[in-house]
Amino acid sequence: MATTIKINGVNRTVDVDGDTPLLWVLRDVLGMTGTKFGCGIALCGACTVHIERTPRRSCITPISSIGHGAVTTIEAIGATQQGKALQKAWLDLDVVQCGYCQSGQIMSAAALLMTNPNPSDADVDAVMSGNVCRCGTYQRIRAAIHKAAAREREDV
Amino acid sequence: MSKSTSISSLDRRHLLKGAATFGGGLVLRLALPPVMRPAWAATAGQSFAPNAFIHIDRAGAVTLVMPMVEMGQGVYTALSMIIAEELEVDLAKVRLEHAPPNDALYANAILHIQTTGLSSSVRAFWTPLRQAGAVARTLLIAAAAKRWGVAPETCRADRGTVYDAGSRYLPYGALIEAASALPIPNPDEVALKQPKDFTLIGMPARRLDSPDKVNGKAEFGIDVKMPGLKFAAIAISPAFGGKVKSVNEAASLAVKGVRQVVRIDNAVAVIADHTWAAKKGLQAAQIQWDSGPNATLTNDDIFRQLEEGSNQSGAVARNQGDADGALAKATQRFDVTYQLPFLAHAAMEPMNCTVHLRKDSCELWLGTQAPTLTQRLVAELTGLPKDAVKLHNHLLGGGFGRRLEADGTLLAVKIAQHVNGPVKIIWSREEDIQHDMYRPAYYDRLSVGLDETGKPLAWIHRVAGSSVVARYVPPLFQNGLDFDAVEGAASPPYDLPNIHVEYVRVEPPGIPTAFWRGVGVVKNVFIVESLIDDLAAAVEQDPVSYRRSLLGQNPRALGVLNLAAERSGWGQPLSAGSARGISLQSAFGGFMSLVAEVEVTPNGMVKVHRLVCAVDCGIVVNPDTIAAQVEGGTMFGLTAALYGAITLKNGRVQQSNFNDYRPMRMYEAPRIETYIVKSAEAPGGFGEAPCAIVAPAVTNAIFAATGKRIRTLPIDPLLLKS
Repeated sequence: MATTIKINGVNRTVDVDGDTPLLWVLRDVLGMTGTKFGCGIALCGACTVHIERTPRRSCITPISSIGHGAVTTIEAIGATQQGKALQKAWLDLDVVQCGYCQSGQIMSAAALLMTNPNPSDADVDAVMSGNVCRCGTYQRIRAAIHKAAAREREDV
Repeated sequence: MSKSTSISSLDRRHLLKGAATFGGGLVLRLALPPVMRPAWAATAGQSFAPNAFIHIDRAGAVTLVMPMVEMGQGVYTALSMIIAEELEVDLAKVRLEHAPPNDALYANAILHIQTTGLSSSVRAFWTPLRQAGAVARTLLIAAAAKRWGVAPETCRADRGTVYDAGSRYLPYGALIEAASALPIPNPDEVALKQPKDFTLIGMPARRLDSPDKVNGKAEFGIDVKMPGLKFAAIAISPAFGGKVKSVNEAASLAVKGVRQVVRIDNAVAVIADHTWAAKKGLQAAQIQWDSGPNATLTNDDIFRQLEEGSNQSGAVARNQGDADGALAKATQRFDVTYQLPFLAHAAMEPMNCTVHLRKDSCELWLGTQAPTLTQRLVAELTGLPKDAVKLHNHLLGGGFGRRLEADGTLLAVKIAQHVNGPVKIIWSREEDIQHDMYRPAYYDRLSVGLDETGKPLAWIHRVAGSSVVARYVPPLFQNGLDFDAVEGAASPPYDLPNIHVEYVRVEPPGIPTAFWRGVGVVKNVFIVESLIDDLAAAVEQDPVSYRRSLLGQNPRALGVLNLAAERSGWGQPLSAGSARGISLQSAFGGFMSLVAEVEVTPNGMVKVHRLVCAVDCGIVVNPDTIAAQVEGGTMFGLTAALYGAITLKNGRVQQSNFNDYRPMRMYEAPRIETYIVKSAEAPGGFGEAPCAIVAPAVTNAIFAATGKRIRTLPIDPLLLKS
């Protein structure tokens, strides 16, 4: 069944079953591999994307459920104000280690800052605890989110 | 491994002499993230390549070839800093390449193979890479000096340019032909920089792999793309040693996008146009299994077998003084046992491998810690010559020892033997956890006797567990002794006049075991530091003071102990229900001490609030990496101490995903502080050390808070309920 979805501002048509998770459409059909597979059942957050600025675990999001919702992935998050600030903070604090989970971390963090530009530690923990990092970069992720948020506030 | 770290100058010469044969015309086709990809094809044949690690092209672009793999530990940055320091180039401008498999050029001098592990990369490559950089710099300076008709000693190099004593200068790019024509000097005879002149080593540097890891461009093995690629989902026999009984192939093939069902001995793969179709096809296949010889195996069987093993005498790892005699004379005696579970690695990037098998070649795309071993095993499996196995290494989405193993690659090749064209095999998280090769379970037995002053007079330790060394590196398993299983137990940092340490090999039926981040040190530091803490309590001494009294022979250990105690505010009051615990270790060529602040709630929940870590790992290449490894390694070790256990029932692993093999999450993450002792000693290894130090500090804090001693991991909150 041909389905058209809007990804990073571009309409893409794919011919897969409607129950196919967005993750595999992105990675295997469209070759957009910045979004990562980690667990397959929404436990780790590595596959996080935005649909209309809301964070979604793409591994459990059937393509049929997306409709006209605009999908944003890690490849385009730098074009948003929050995504750009976060990527810079991630580099300033050298957050990454293996880096595999970091696409999902940044997508979750960007969604947080879009709704809450001045999050407390508790706010950050509540949102970001859905994203697993086996390298253990949590301390720097938390600091980088605060740093990006502070920069955003200065810019406003 | 730390005992065999000496690199003979013969090894070094061999390494660099071999390296000198690496010509500039060799074109490498490597999968690299776009920003890291050099314009290599354009420069082939026109570059200065005095060894296998450095290429400089006509435009002055510097490409460094990374002999060890980047799996998060920061090694690409550290190794680049070491080369760039001597080569005198701008670190921010170097480009990196993954090395192809080639032991002659890239073997790690500690492990004698091109393998990344045992925290050996910086230790093994410290001298060879400094020499590689210095050889290149020496040649470039000589080339410039010759052109100017001056003595090389009057010239110097800085940021990719050679300067004479006056105002003349030439960029490296303008010297590549002249430098290539000069004879390559003996690496052992080139002048290395004095540490006081270092401008990179010891200064915090930004990671070179960060930019591509924040925008989705970094390419891990799982990300490889190519025309005609098919995708496979696999199911392996849930019971270890089981086989496929039946498969409903027709039902699987009826799923849209499914192309093929491949059945091999202990596994089924469904090949499809994309992973989801393959997963659906696998489910439709309704595979029935013959559970095989381990169908009734349970966790109790494993620990019963280990406990029985620990009653037998084993291979002697160390025997100093007369431990038995001293024990008989002791004023106080302790007999204790410790029990440690199987652990999975659970790297964030699930196991995967892409294979294109043709009649006369086998191409592999993956991230592996052991490229040459993998290449050899694939050659043996396929019957192809080694050179026909082309392995494209990638960034690793976590290694932790899992990617030292070729099991997943060999399975992928067996599947590819039935597939026409390239196929990407991705394990589900469930397969990844249920068919890991596990950190061995252990059962350890110790007897310690104290003298009248409270100091250990006799120390007897018997380790029982699977030998990873015997399987992975058989030549190093000698006289029944697994040096890794006793690492950290055979030579604790304390004054122990009468010590006897043994190892008993006990192999669990059917359960594959493997190295796990921190290796034997993780279990042994937990045991030694728990017991030392018990001894301090028995003689009513403060845990820090007691340790101090046993460190007369070990000033570096004493140094980190004192630093951790001081920075943590040891002895100052904490809120009710909270307490501090300390641990100390000497491992991987360095020293660490850690203080944990821990709260135990009335219902037995353990909350770790703060970790204060003091480090003396000799000369530090990138201090920011040391801090990052402390932050990450302690989380890895803490996750295992709090939650980590792979258990067995009916021959199957009971855990399946991150719900029941639980990782720590951000809300549980403690505040972590790192303090580094300035040192001129040789660099120590660091990727694993913080993973080992953390558990005993936490359980010692639990003891201080509750009076309850943890000797079985993971920590059981039920035992801590007040």
